[in-house]
Amino acid sequence: MKRYSVFALAREAMRHHTGWERAWASPEPRKHYDVVIVGAGGHGLATAYYLGKNFGITNVAVIEKGWLGGGNTGRNTTIIRSNYLQDPSAAIYDKALKLYENLSQDLNYNVMFSPRGLLMLAQTHHEVRGYLRTVHANHLQGVATEWIEPAKVKEIVPIINIDGPRYPVLGALYQRRGGTARHDAVAWGYARACSAMGMHIIQQTEVTGVRQQDGQVTGVDTSRGFIGCGKLAMIVAGHSGQLAEMAGFRLPIEAVALQALVSEPIKPCMDVVVMANTVHGYMSQSDKGEMVIGGGTDGFNNFTQRGSFHHIEETLRALVETFPMISRLKMLRQWGGIVDMTGDRSPILSKTPLGNCFINCGWGTGGFKAIPGSGWAMAELMAKGHSPLAADFGLERFREGRFIDESVAAGVAH
Amino acid sequence: MLILTCPYCGVRAEEAELAPGGEAHLKRFGAGASDEDFEGYMFARKNPKGVHFERWRHAYGCGKWFLAARCTATLEVFGTYPAQTTRPPADLLAAIKAKRPQWEGIE
Repeated sequence: MKRYSVFALAREAMRHHTGWERAWASPEPRKHYDVVIVGAGGHGLATAYYLGKNFGITNVAVIEKGWLGGGNTGRNTTIIRSNYLQDPSAAIYDKALKLYENLSQDLNYNVMFSPRGLLMLAQTHHEVRGYLRTVHANHLQGVATEWIEPAKVKEIVPIINIDGPRYPVLGALYQRRGGTARHDAVAWGYARACSAMGMHIIQQTEVTGVRQQDGQVTGVDTSRGFIGCGKLAMIVAGHSGQLAEMAGFRLPIEAVALQALVSEPIKPCMDVVVMANTVHGYMSQSDKGEMVIGGGTDGFNNFTQRGSFHHIEETLRALVETFPMISRLKMLRQWGGIVDMTGDRSPILSKTPLGNCFINCGWGTGGFKAIPGSGWAMAELMAKGHSPLAADFGLERFREGRFIDESVAAGVAH
Repeated sequence: MLILTCPYCGVRAEEAELAPGGEAHLKRFGAGASDEDFEGYMFARKNPKGVHFERWRHAYGCGKWFLAARCTATLEVFGTYPAQTTRPPADLLAAIKAKRPQWEGIE
């Protein structure tokens, strides 16, 4: 892998950019790998990367039925934060945030991490109490967040209307280290680094079956033939249930659609991320100037990557009161992704009933921000059989009643 | 927009009029059940990519719970039926089977 640098840029500028090589290879699959990861989204690629970087396991294949980063990694609103109420969540999301802070240097790939600050608006008295509690919890967890009053919110976000009447801004939970990153670049950067370590990224290859013997996985059947493996990781978000069914176990997961949309590009008007959880609306401004808006999930099972229009209408109707200036904006694109919701709205990083099969799913509406931490913990879980970061996110918690109940703290807003 | 016909009042209800209620025909387990059974009842879901039976409430209409058969891969609605049953009606199952020959049935 040729490193990207200012010198590489100067060199290529001198020769009409003919020397750039492909960021990652597209090899023919081998018959057997030490580790096969199903799903080349952010979480799958990050898992592969940290398996190689932290544990020296590089005989790894990442199999993807579409193209890498084409699922929820390329469909989210790119928000990164770690202001969670529960300790296990704060630990893994803050690990992810810390890794994001140096990810561009680590991967030698610009993921455009922008710690521009993040506000979670409190628009009901219930939310005020909830966020004050979260601020105290964050202090104990060592996650820097603060409670700010409406006047300060107005100072940070001049385009906001704090007066209501229906959704007044009563204050906000402010995480200065939160922000955004370029979602595609996160997947591309990890893919390039994995490829440089000799890992195989096999796109356009669908897993059609999981073969097992004596309670162990021996490999996966794919649209390009059988691929054997020493260990298997399923990291496929919305389709986790289908993959688990192939392996013969069930998951506490339901797949629903989550939508987002972007406006036409406008001049810079908001340099923080604003989340309004009461109305299920999240907004930030991209580097191109588009207002990126995320909405709430639909309530019914859906695999079509299309959501219900009335949810977008509800989100925008509410956001227009809080941000009156967006009422005249044209919306350019609208899309949906299939998110995997668990019973307690927290993810699953776990061993499975099959000894050498691991699963990472259930990130629901908030997986992007967790990608580096999730990959870090998953790699440790797969290499050592135990990871402190993943310990509380096991499948058995649903049987044992040890929920990590973030829906109390954050509603659907993850 | 998803449109379901309420089997009680006969209204062709738009999605905004309805409240989704998750998977239908769950077998209840309560006090005295094993941990596995209770976990299964509380959390394990079929979540199929295809034919799905689910609960809906005609929230802004007659207010009653009913059941619907729907395809989660295409959003096609096969039919709706009253909630006072533990199994979908036979004619609905036959109609789904005719449209989806690959479908393995309800179990």
